[in-house]
Amino acid sequence: MNSSSILLGLAGVLYGAAPIMFAVIGETITERAGVINLSMNGTILLSAMGGFAAAVATGSIILGFLAGALIGALVALVVAFSSITLKQSQVAVGFVLALLCRDLSYFLGHPYISVAGPRLAIVPIPALGEIPILGTLFFKQDVMTYISFVIIFLVWFWIFRTRPGLMLRGIGERPAAAFVRGANVNRLRYIYTIIGGAVAGLAGPTFSLSVKAGWAGPLSGLDGYGWIALAITIFGGWNPFRAALGVYLFSLLQWLGLVLQPFLPSIPTQVLQVAPFPLMILTLLLVNISDAEWVARILATLPERPRRFTIKLLRTLRASPPASLGVPFESE
Amino acid sequence: MKKTRLLTFGFQFGALILALLFTTAVLLLAGAPPLQAYLYIIKGSLSSITNISNVLSAWAPLLLTTSGVLITFAAGLWNIGIEGQIMVGAIFTTGALRILLNSTVPTGWILLIGFLAGMVGGAFWAVLAGILKTFGGVNEIFGGLGLNFVATAFALYLIIGPWKRPGIASTSGTLMFPDILWLPTLPKLQFSVWALGLGVLVVIIVYFILRGTHLGLRLKAIGKNSKAAFLMGVPTWQYSVLAFLLCGVFAGLAGAIQVTSVYHRLTPGISSGYGFLGLMVAMLINYQAIWAAPVALFFAALNIGGIQLPIVLKLDSSLSGVLQGILVLFVLMVEGARQRLFKNR
Amino acid sequence: MLHQDPLDFPPMRVIENFILGSVGGLLPRQGIILRDFLTLAGQFGFSLDPEAYVDSLTVGERQQLEILRLIWLGARVMIFDEPTTGISAAQKVKLFAALRLLANQGETILFVSHKLEDVEGLCTSVAVLRQGNLVGVENQPYSTKKLVELMFGKTISVGERNPCVRDEVTANLSNLMIEDYRLKVRDVTLDVQCGEVIGLAGMEGSGQGLFLRAAGGMTHTVGGKILIDGRDLTGRSYQTFKRHGVAFLPAARLEEGLVPGLNLTEHFILAEEAKGFFINWDKGRLLAQKRIKDFDVRGTPTNTVESLSGGNQQRALLALLRDPLKLLLLEHPTRGLDIESVIYIWNKLKDRCQTGTSILFISSDLEEILQYSDRVLVFFSGKVTPPLEALTLTAEKLGELIGGKGWPKST
Repeated sequence: MNSSSILLGLAGVLYGAAPIMFAVIGETITERAGVINLSMNGTILLSAMGGFAAAVATGSIILGFLAGALIGALVALVVAFSSITLKQSQVAVGFVLALLCRDLSYFLGHPYISVAGPRLAIVPIPALGEIPILGTLFFKQDVMTYISFVIIFLVWFWIFRTRPGLMLRGIGERPAAAFVRGANVNRLRYIYTIIGGAVAGLAGPTFSLSVKAGWAGPLSGLDGYGWIALAITIFGGWNPFRAALGVYLFSLLQWLGLVLQPFLPSIPTQVLQVAPFPLMILTLLLVNISDAEWVARILATLPERPRRFTIKLLRTLRASPPASLGVPFESE
Repeated sequence: MKKTRLLTFGFQFGALILALLFTTAVLLLAGAPPLQAYLYIIKGSLSSITNISNVLSAWAPLLLTTSGVLITFAAGLWNIGIEGQIMVGAIFTTGALRILLNSTVPTGWILLIGFLAGMVGGAFWAVLAGILKTFGGVNEIFGGLGLNFVATAFALYLIIGPWKRPGIASTSGTLMFPDILWLPTLPKLQFSVWALGLGVLVVIIVYFILRGTHLGLRLKAIGKNSKAAFLMGVPTWQYSVLAFLLCGVFAGLAGAIQVTSVYHRLTPGISSGYGFLGLMVAMLINYQAIWAAPVALFFAALNIGGIQLPIVLKLDSSLSGVLQGILVLFVLMVEGARQRLFKNR
Repeated sequence: MLHQDPLDFPPMRVIENFILGSVGGLLPRQGIILRDFLTLAGQFGFSLDPEAYVDSLTVGERQQLEILRLIWLGARVMIFDEPTTGISAAQKVKLFAALRLLANQGETILFVSHKLEDVEGLCTSVAVLRQGNLVGVENQPYSTKKLVELMFGKTISVGERNPCVRDEVTANLSNLMIEDYRLKVRDVTLDVQCGEVIGLAGMEGSGQGLFLRAAGGMTHTVGGKILIDGRDLTGRSYQTFKRHGVAFLPAARLEEGLVPGLNLTEHFILAEEAKGFFINWDKGRLLAQKRIKDFDVRGTPTNTVESLSGGNQQRALLALLRDPLKLLLLEHPTRGLDIESVIYIWNKLKDRCQTGTSILFISSDLEEILQYSDRVLVFFSGKVTPPLEALTLTAEKLGELIGGKGWPKST
């Protein structure tokens, strides 16, 4: 492997990470408002198929992406309605939707398998694309990858630097307090869930119209990415920057799997491809370990200095969810 | 009391109608004739002895997984890892059968050991998820998902690696086991009475556990309020892990059945989605064990009936999944609507 | 309105809590807002770090933040609900100064409290409500006796006490140190005798909750030893403590003590040692009926626990306890209950003392502490007094200690 192919490989990591980025950022928005949208796996598949079908039918890639976002928003609407208005368990509804949307995508997408469709082109940015190293990495990508870069900053800025973003954090942490400060908690939750769903809905078409162009149904290899996106959302501590780190880490692991393949002939390709999934999920262990009672007991037996140090260390790793995540809000 | 029962049934029936309407709309969207599709599904599951026996074949593992998740749901747990538990059960069963294949042990015993191995495998995988949750604070949904992926990877590794077919390795599975290691079936039929009997037995066991044993009561207490259960003296984490273990045992049995009586080898898709389907059945029956058997049968019939569709109507067989999914979704939503309209919880 | 537990956002910073909910443009003007914040804080003599996280603040500081916020938003009428619970004496002084300042600026202040000293010292007029009715309005200067009469309809006196303390020691707690991320309870030593009742007094969050849970093995200690009946149970689990005759009753009856969705019979079956695999429902029902009768619980064996009233839930919780017990730990046993239930429950508790059970209980009701305890420990910000004889403790002294005054200099 020479340095230019490594560079191209890394650019590919950023390119391949774009769809998952949309899913994770979208879910971060939703969960910041206090709602879990567990349907992600199904949403990605359904929006991938729907976006592809729309693009093929109309010949317009833009419409394909819009269709995907719309599908994401609609599924999120069902989750919001069932959990906010009908007060059913968010986990239950999300899970059912994950399976339902997947089956819907396979069923309705059947005629589109092996159909050739439009594909996003690489659009290098004029001057910036010529910068050595950085140019190849960041400025010779396709439109959706550029948007995936921008959206990290946008969402971070919204959540942490604006007034409405402050309120978003409020309704996720302590809706009762936000309520007495004038927030219509449930309406805001609806809005943010739908927006989060729309952003996540861009993930699917980014696959089917760019990264993994086309629709291959059950053989598309897209099944499973939604669950990973949910795990990365937790790993990311509901902060877009940390989440982006998680997404790129995952994408990097996938690439490494491919790269290392020739050096590990005894391990089948499929295994290396699947390996990043459980690795990411097991990192959740680190994220929550400081809260465990038995850990606290062990720490209690340590002398003061190492105890304080360990507690501090564990606390930085900690990812605390918005305190009212998954809990319905009742205004009395 | 009667009135609310009647009302609930009424609403649930409404959910069924809505589900059928939705599925019809989906069919129309796909440009397919709805009535014909439904007829083919019914024919595909009921019209011949072969079909009926296929449905019964599919019913057995579904009964096992549904029973298993009824236990974990009672304890307030979302055992999404059940697919992996089926897989590891299947792996262990295959391993046991391979080891004993050329030994002098009588075949009946080999099969029995195979089933025991499956139980151990499933239990082991489930307890892992349980430990991750109770000691690592990893939500059982994500722990389970991660372990599902690991199980699939492990199975793939075995199928293409150490257990590969002589000659070319194939992802369609390991070498088939010889006839003697197939679970005995009724003559001319595909399905095994043993498997079905096992499924029915487990459902009955779970029904009684939940209804009339200390174990069941303690699991329910943990599920509804683990803090209070703890204060009353119930060892909460032990019982949580026990719930996982029991579910894993049943899932492992489902895996063993898949290996010995359906596929007769290990394949990457051996769990066939029965784990998730079991979760859906449990949600649909509102966690009341008494309805597990009939609803599982209905879902099994839908699955088998759907297999026809690609052949006769050029439709994807996932239509069954669509119908199953939308039914559970509408039942959930309709229940929410009923509670809201009648302010009754 | 300022609630007893301020409705703020603990995981967020002070300045963020300050801004949240205010009207304005998309981007808050950080510089200007910070300046306003510091100016206001200066006016009232509050010292709050804008960058600190609210979950690291004391209740008093959170109140201060909320006051500043409400003033900044332009409130004209402010309602304070039991604001002096859980704040230190120094903070109370600041609070009252702030309230007087606000009143002088033309604000209308409604101060809800049951603390006579506070009300007498601060308010220009007092409206007394009893059981939903306005029973009287008094103006300065106040007669404590009159206020008490209006509040209770009679004068308070501590009734007859019948201690049943024996010489044997049930529990030795020595040099206990308990920590959580907010509070450190230091160096508590207590020997509890058979049949003794020890009251744990103090503002919410002063450490008595931590101490009680540590005494039951529910929270780990970072120092010291716990001996129950001579056995060293330091560091062991709650289940071990339970096996040695210790039981804990939480204040949150439905959230932590009972299982909503299960009925009384099921609770009684759960609480007993399980014999055999299958439940004997008949035996269970008989047991339930007996216990319900013994404890006068208004409910049937098939009633779910959430359908019971607060008083009946507490009786049920008592009925679920095993017999005999060495040490009973009660967290606010009579909170929110009517007089009849309170008397009944204490009668039952005294019965237990007669049979040798020792009791440690937390209460924020001074009368209850003085009436039923043999000895009292007062908690304040993690500091603990040595055990005080209840007979020689006056209500004034107790109130003072709870408020942080009158502590020996060394602690």
